[in-house]
Amino acid sequence: MSHHIVEARDLAHVYPDGHEAIRGITFRIAHGESVGVIGPNGAGKSTLLLHLNGCLLPSRGEVRVGEFPVTRETSPQVRRAVGMVFQDPDDQLFMPTVLDDVAFGPLNYGLAPGEARQRAVAALERVGMANLQEQTPYRLSAGEKRAVAIATILAMTPDIVVMDEPSSNLDPRGRRRLIELLKSFEHTRIIATHDLELVLEVCSRVILLDAGSVVTEGPAADVMNDESLMLKHGLERPHSLRHKHPH
Amino acid sequence: MHMADALISPAVGGTMWAASAGLLAWCARKIRQTLDDRLVPLMGVLGAFIFAAQMINFTIPATGSSGHLGGGLILAVLLGPYASFVVIASVLTVQALFFADGGLLALGCNIFNLGFFPAFVALPLIYRPIVRDARGGVRLWLGSMLAAIVGLQLGAFGVVIETTLSGISELPFDKFVMLMQPIHLAIGIVEGLATAAVVAFVARTRPEALVMPSAPVDFSVNLRPVQTGLLIAAVIVGGALSWFASSHPDGLEWSMGKVSGREELESREAGIHEDMARVQEKTAFLPDYGFKTGEPEETQAWPAVNAGTTISGLVGGAMVVALAGLAGYLLRLRRKTA
Amino acid sequence: MDEFGAMDSPAHRLDARAKAVATIAFIVAVMSFPPYELSGLAPFVIYPVVLLALSGIPPAFILRKVLIAAPFAICIGLFNPLFDRHPVVLPGGLVVAGGWISFASILFRFALTVSAALVWVASSGMHRLCAGLERIGAPRAFVVQLLFLHRYLFVVADEGLRMRRAMDLRSAGARGPSLRVYGSITGHLLLRALDRAHRVYAAMRARGFDGRVRALRETESRIGDAAFVVCWIAFFAIARKWNLAEALGAWITGGAR
Repeated sequence: MSHHIVEARDLAHVYPDGHEAIRGITFRIAHGESVGVIGPNGAGKSTLLLHLNGCLLPSRGEVRVGEFPVTRETSPQVRRAVGMVFQDPDDQLFMPTVLDDVAFGPLNYGLAPGEARQRAVAALERVGMANLQEQTPYRLSAGEKRAVAIATILAMTPDIVVMDEPSSNLDPRGRRRLIELLKSFEHTRIIATHDLELVLEVCSRVILLDAGSVVTEGPAADVMNDESLMLKHGLERPHSLRHKHPH
Repeated sequence: MHMADALISPAVGGTMWAASAGLLAWCARKIRQTLDDRLVPLMGVLGAFIFAAQMINFTIPATGSSGHLGGGLILAVLLGPYASFVVIASVLTVQALFFADGGLLALGCNIFNLGFFPAFVALPLIYRPIVRDARGGVRLWLGSMLAAIVGLQLGAFGVVIETTLSGISELPFDKFVMLMQPIHLAIGIVEGLATAAVVAFVARTRPEALVMPSAPVDFSVNLRPVQTGLLIAAVIVGGALSWFASSHPDGLEWSMGKVSGREELESREAGIHEDMARVQEKTAFLPDYGFKTGEPEETQAWPAVNAGTTISGLVGGAMVVALAGLAGYLLRLRRKTA
Repeated sequence: MDEFGAMDSPAHRLDARAKAVATIAFIVAVMSFPPYELSGLAPFVIYPVVLLALSGIPPAFILRKVLIAAPFAICIGLFNPLFDRHPVVLPGGLVVAGGWISFASILFRFALTVSAALVWVASSGMHRLCAGLERIGAPRAFVVQLLFLHRYLFVVADEGLRMRRAMDLRSAGARGPSLRVYGSITGHLLLRALDRAHRVYAAMRARGFDGRVRALRETESRIGDAAFVVCWIAFFAIARKWNLAEALGAWITGGAR
């Protein structure tokens, strides 16, 4: 199962305006693992995620997905294996109807319309949104949009799911549904978020980023239980950990 | 200046449809040739931006009234001629289909008037030669103003010609020109100011945003004949305008009065005396003008009125409308019970 | 408008192309009448009325839209009574300027064409409409542009609305900002739009976008659609050739001419 491994080696990215968003990141994520990427605003989380499916290409170092380096040439295959759920579902849902949108990926990868439709319906069922097929994405609630955005990725049957702030803008019920959904995945999951409670529930391991570098990584509960470390990097110790381990 | 279907004859509407559809197909091919698929979301979102920008007003310097962006010129500046024409066409289509702003038959006219002139005349012949790569300053402001004014003057003139050729409105050509051109001079100035203000801001804050994946400009080859043609057209139009202005001095006065009169009505500060004066001016104008325009010929052209025909026409017409309404009501009823 | 597009009714089930062809034929027929026609236009009312009734869209919605769009036609049409002042005798001995007749005709045509177009669009929905457009041969780039424009129209307009609200709250009742402030606000809106385009493109690429927008299509021509088009065009032709309303009126009033 080595082809589901995601690996970054000394990864760095400099934007055209000279801003160095990430500087020398190295990590290795194994098959089926669920990893949280945490850190303050501007730590480089989003930039890092965009490298995982070749939306951005490294200025230095490399990203490997299943032993393949991510380059311009390999990015079409990489994008099939790595499904990316973007922060704003309005950016991700660009087609006129929900069904068209979920079928967009499968159609691009050459599935026949009938097959693509089946896949799309199955993916919508998986996230509990099969009744919304004919809706316009604009009309959906934030929670529904998020679920459909996840379905667009599932329809491409990726091995690895990457998510940027999946719980932003969700109401508590929508967030709860999302967490249960994420827990039920067997995919390798990489989730960048400020929602530390979500990380605690869904992820076994966290990578803490600040100023474009990895500060530390380790089991989620251990890293996030270090109050001084968390405060130093613009975060805080999750409440649920405080209750479990009173002073 | 969106034209409505009710003023367009099928011949004019059809011709302009064909012209705009041809241009659209040509632009679509040009865009496909660039092979830059970034244009797909970019064009869509920029079209949406035009709608949003039209909701934001600004105070026009030295007048106290307000205006907003029309959008034709800024799209041309951002996207280049081909993509901007397609975007403008899509904006006008959505306005026609969803907001009943400008009709379907008139859509060809509207796309041509508001899309062709900014993208293929104002941009390559005025904006680019003057502004070149200036990111602000006199060049940008002058180029934007001139390009917007010329684009809108030509567009307004197109409206006049298409309406006159359709022959449904009774407004005579000369009066219509005198009404439209000054109004669109004002609109053009507003458009130029707004465009320059936005371009200047983007140039200051994020200059790289102004370098768009647009189609290569291959105007250089056939630029000269177009320029010559435009020059000739400008001379003719200018000559015709000055002739009208001198032979109908009151016409100009009147259309100006009409413009300022409208503004007065909108502004709350205008005193009631002024309003009364306006009303007087307007009522005084009617007998002066209305009775004199080419009455003899048109009286003959007017078909003899037959009261009987009109009675049966009116009765029958009312009956048919009532029947149609009834049919619709019954159909609805059936659907509801079904 | 989009809500109505997602409804289901006999009118919705018609192929968007069939409705397009019939509606365009309708508009051409209506607009080809001479300027002073009134009674000859009356039978054409049946088309938007029937389509509206079949679609189940509330008539008040269409009526409101027509009224909102009316000012332009009224403005230009009002010149007709000003410039065309030949006396016309109405039944009952009333004399009016001929321009009033053509003015009324303009308004009638306006109401007919606008309502027909609105019902067509409302009973189709944007995506079916675009699919139809593409199949009658509209350029692909244009159809895709329409879809994307429609998709992001409300998203970007919401952003514009929020910015305007924020501006209004701090502008102490002034009518609008100065040109400089305007440039900054609208410029920000533009930059946000550009950023969004960038993100949408990334999302499209992430799902294998290669320059072609593919969509599931399910429109197939049926005999019903063809019959719909043929019947209406035949009706328009007959109503254009013979003044049905007048014939009916003559029959009712005992053939009095």
